[in-house]
Amino acid sequence: MKPHFKTVLLATVLAALAPNPGLTQISEIGEGEGALSIVAWAGYVERGETDPKFDWVTSFEEKTGCMVSVKTANTSDEMVALMNQGGFDLVTASGDASLRMIAGKRVQPINVDLIPSWSKVDDRLKNAPWHTVDGVHYGVPYMWGPNVLMYNTKAFDTAPQSWNVVFEEMTLADGQSNEGRVQAYDGPIHIADAANYLMYHQPELGIEDPYELNEDQYQAALDLLRAQRKLVSRYWHDAFIQIDDFKNEGMVASGSWPFQVNLLKADGVPVDSVIPQEGATGWADTTMLHAEAEHPNCAYKWMEHTLSSNLQSDLSVWFGAVPSVPAACSDGSGMQTQQGCDANGMQDFDKIRFWRTPVADCDSQDECVPYYRWVSDYIAVIGGR
Amino acid sequence: MTQVQPAHFTSAGGIGTRLSDILWRHPRLLIALLLLPPALWLGVIYLGSLFALLAQSFFSIDHFTGLVKYEFTLSTYAQLIRPSNFDIILRTVVMAFCVSLTSAVISFPIAYFAARYARGAWRAVFYLGIMMPLWSSYLVKIYAWKLILAKEGILTWALQKLHLEWVLDAFLALPVIGGNSLSVSTAGTFIVFVYVWLPFMILPIQAALERVPPSMLEASGDLGATPAQTFRHVLLPLALPGVVAGSIFTFSLTLGDYIIPQIIGTSRLFIGQAVYQHQGIAGNIPLAAAFAMVPIAIMGLYLWAAKRMGAFDAL
Repeated sequence: MKPHFKTVLLATVLAALAPNPGLTQISEIGEGEGALSIVAWAGYVERGETDPKFDWVTSFEEKTGCMVSVKTANTSDEMVALMNQGGFDLVTASGDASLRMIAGKRVQPINVDLIPSWSKVDDRLKNAPWHTVDGVHYGVPYMWGPNVLMYNTKAFDTAPQSWNVVFEEMTLADGQSNEGRVQAYDGPIHIADAANYLMYHQPELGIEDPYELNEDQYQAALDLLRAQRKLVSRYWHDAFIQIDDFKNEGMVASGSWPFQVNLLKADGVPVDSVIPQEGATGWADTTMLHAEAEHPNCAYKWMEHTLSSNLQSDLSVWFGAVPSVPAACSDGSGMQTQQGCDANGMQDFDKIRFWRTPVADCDSQDECVPYYRWVSDYIAVIGGR
Repeated sequence: MTQVQPAHFTSAGGIGTRLSDILWRHPRLLIALLLLPPALWLGVIYLGSLFALLAQSFFSIDHFTGLVKYEFTLSTYAQLIRPSNFDIILRTVVMAFCVSLTSAVISFPIAYFAARYARGAWRAVFYLGIMMPLWSSYLVKIYAWKLILAKEGILTWALQKLHLEWVLDAFLALPVIGGNSLSVSTAGTFIVFVYVWLPFMILPIQAALERVPPSMLEASGDLGATPAQTFRHVLLPLALPGVVAGSIFTFSLTLGDYIIPQIIGTSRLFIGQAVYQHQGIAGNIPLAAAFAMVPIAIMGLYLWAAKRMGAFDAL
């Protein structure tokens, strides 16, 4: 008895000590659990209720029996907070949230061998640093796109060439000042847009990456935002409030998502969008699996569904984004066309600086200003300090 | 004989009878049993979670990892008096004060009419008119106000038709309260706060006014007081507990609200939003807890003062 007991004990200790990254991954997909809960951006998981033409949930539910419930989040910080609370299976996380969740162990590694359509994913995204850490994949690319400059075509004769229309006071083509008629994003990550602007216009600051700022560069970005505060009446964080503001509040220019541009155009509001000369920040979202997901089988089935169904094609039309599966642009799986993909920024991948969480220990400099200061300082800037 | 009889029944009855006898003989035990569940609810779930939150405010956040450091410190409270955070507190308290004062001024005549003159069907109409806004969704009302106050909304349109838009423009040109349109100005936030909390002010004032005997007002008049003097020296002091009780609602509701300033206003934060952002978004629970302490402390002082003015007699 005694030796046997020792052997068991030893084996247990060894198993506990052995580095085993595959431990949390499942090795095969079983029966669906009948339910799936997803934290997603507004408009990301559509079941034909907003517009019957856009539905990529019903077919999944019929095929797998996994009933999808969606919790929409308005900011990346909200997504992280929701995932920290738990109770969700999947999240469509942007790069400024994904690494925080990986570091916080709120998401688990993905076994890409279980997702047959992984091979179809855009090669530029397969090993993107916002979901792959030390060669381990923590999710499946979902959709990506630029943060475009939306403008009212009545206030602008031609598409604005620069982001200066939202950063500096000026008289627009319709003869009125832009003061009170522009908006900015109500999230600390907007500091990166200011840094991106300075990177182009004040090269002497030496900004290499808008998410890696030293103290001087950071203060310059805050100064730019303080000047912007005088132009902005209300910051936007809810896509539908921004849509309302462009309709009823006389807004003429703002950083935005193609989602709002498309909905406003569909409503007959004279707006259009552009990526100005400075380039743009952008988002690249990843479907990530919660570390304690209750429905892992349904979650894997959904990840395959996101890559193999009409989702990539139709969602890219709906959201004005670029599919993570390039074939979805032209294979007729949905409504998207190659021209549509190009218009949404397919070829602009290199112009876009994708959202990432700013950390103190950064690559391009000795020390960078970390995210918690972005949060408190952005609150101060909006408060007029 | 009478002492033997209950003992006989006890032995004959089942366990339920015996239990009820024990409780009958020990009335204190009965009270303790009845009070235990609500006391547990209040003490453990309600106050317990509140104190757990407040305890967090004495911790701090590690600025490198973003994790909470469980060591006693007052540094989180020190952050509250930083200019950017102190602005938030000041902004909220001033707003709550203005909202309470305005609500009281608007409510008093309405409550006076409802308490003194409205009879029969009129009375029902008054109650319905005051209560009805409370039955519809709070969010629907706020979004409706957003459209009313918008730059291209119905209010601007109506003023344009009346050729009075210069009044609105002049008002919006004022510093601090003005802005690009009412919907994105502090004045807009104020209007919606007053609208949403008004019923909470009218009802306690009405209750207080109904208890003021009409004979006192008549006596005041008979003794030669002008209506203004009667109001100042008789009616207002007697109704003041109701006004203070109503202001407790409007003041504390404004202190804690985080939805209205998010949808209508200048994007500048109020205490409720600061708590929400630091707790839910930035993960800075200690600072959120410290912010949550502010309304509690302010309301504590406020209630203490209100009690001295006899506000709770009217509840």
